[in-house]
Amino acid sequence: MSAETTTPATETVSLYDVDNPAPVIAPPRARTKKTPKSTRTNFELYGWLFMRLSGVVLVVLVLGHLLIQLVLDGGVSKIGFAFVAGRWASPFWQAWDLVMLWLAMLHGANGLRTVINDYAERPKTRFWLKNLLYAATVFTVLLGTLVIFTFDPNIR
Amino acid sequence: MSTPTLEKSAASAESEAPAHLITVTFRVRRFNPEISDQATWQDFQLEIDPKERVLDGLHKIKWDHDGTLTFRRSCAHGICGSDAMRINGKNRLACKTLIKDINPSKPITVEPIKGLTVLKDLVVDMEPFFQAYRDVMPFLITKGNEPTRERLQSAEDRERFDDTTKCILCAACTSSCPVFWNDGQYFGPAAIVNAHRFIFDSRDEAGEQRLEILNDKDGVWRCRTTFNCTDACPRGIEVTKAIQEVKRALITRRF
Repeated sequence: MSAETTTPATETVSLYDVDNPAPVIAPPRARTKKTPKSTRTNFELYGWLFMRLSGVVLVVLVLGHLLIQLVLDGGVSKIGFAFVAGRWASPFWQAWDLVMLWLAMLHGANGLRTVINDYAERPKTRFWLKNLLYAATVFTVLLGTLVIFTFDPNIR
Repeated sequence: MSTPTLEKSAASAESEAPAHLITVTFRVRRFNPEISDQATWQDFQLEIDPKERVLDGLHKIKWDHDGTLTFRRSCAHGICGSDAMRINGKNRLACKTLIKDINPSKPITVEPIKGLTVLKDLVVDMEPFFQAYRDVMPFLITKGNEPTRERLQSAEDRERFDDTTKCILCAACTSSCPVFWNDGQYFGPAAIVNAHRFIFDSRDEAGEQRLEILNDKDGVWRCRTTFNCTDACPRGIEVTKAIQEVKRALITRRF
């Protein structure tokens, strides 16, 4: 009664038998002696909480930002050096952009960190991907902060 | 000595299959390390009553067609939690899934649960799953002398963790969790459910310790609220809700 969809392996020359079974596929990173011990810190708790709180603030900041930049008052065509210089003359917009830069970068970096933790299988891949991520985050945040604080509208 | 009608039905059963039986294709994921390192699909055609369960179909295959088919089952009535498997792409108990409920006109796929090492056919190595279960200390911990009578509890206190007492450790939830698939270090929904059962038990005094364990980097914070676990649970436990309650307990403990 049984109909085989694939040719059974017994018909071909088999490498495996009772005394020499095929290796089974181990679960991803099974818990071994090398597995790091628990950290006993609240880092993940604060990380989780930060994602929720910064997410709520970012909804206001980013949607407001997009509205001002792309929709209101002529839309995207109005954006130029003069427009940016005019906005950053006000401490309010400086603070807005600064908070948005920091929250968005940290929020995105933390999100990518969890993605790397989930999907990078080998410890070395994990390590280097995360180092790359942290380097990019620090660079972007510092450069952006520097520009916001040292912006000179009379630059030539 | 039977009536003519009964004789007639008995005669027709011998000549052809009774009318209530239908032909169902079982497409089973087979793996035998003693033959090949590759898992393959194998089809079985069965004459079966659609009101029977998937487990009955597997029994029919094992008893009448291919005795090498390997799967776990003990009580066969949804209590022991041995026969969780991926049926038509969804984690279920084979003994609680009726064939008529999963569209028997198409082949019914039966696979081992994901994220755990397949040992043979539908049997997986449950050790990582039970390791996570042991790690959350799933037993009553109290201080002081043992009372001379039972530890009393109000009906409201019992109601608090009633949902999570229903767990049968079948691993349907944990092996449906994408975070567990990708990273076996995550405790998984089942371990958190069983921690929840004691964390919110008014008689237990080690809730702090269990929360501390689940506060770890592979604890509740890895949950993405995918709700796969709640969908998979054959006991109808609101698994994701239990995980969120542990998260809330951790946050309110902190702030």
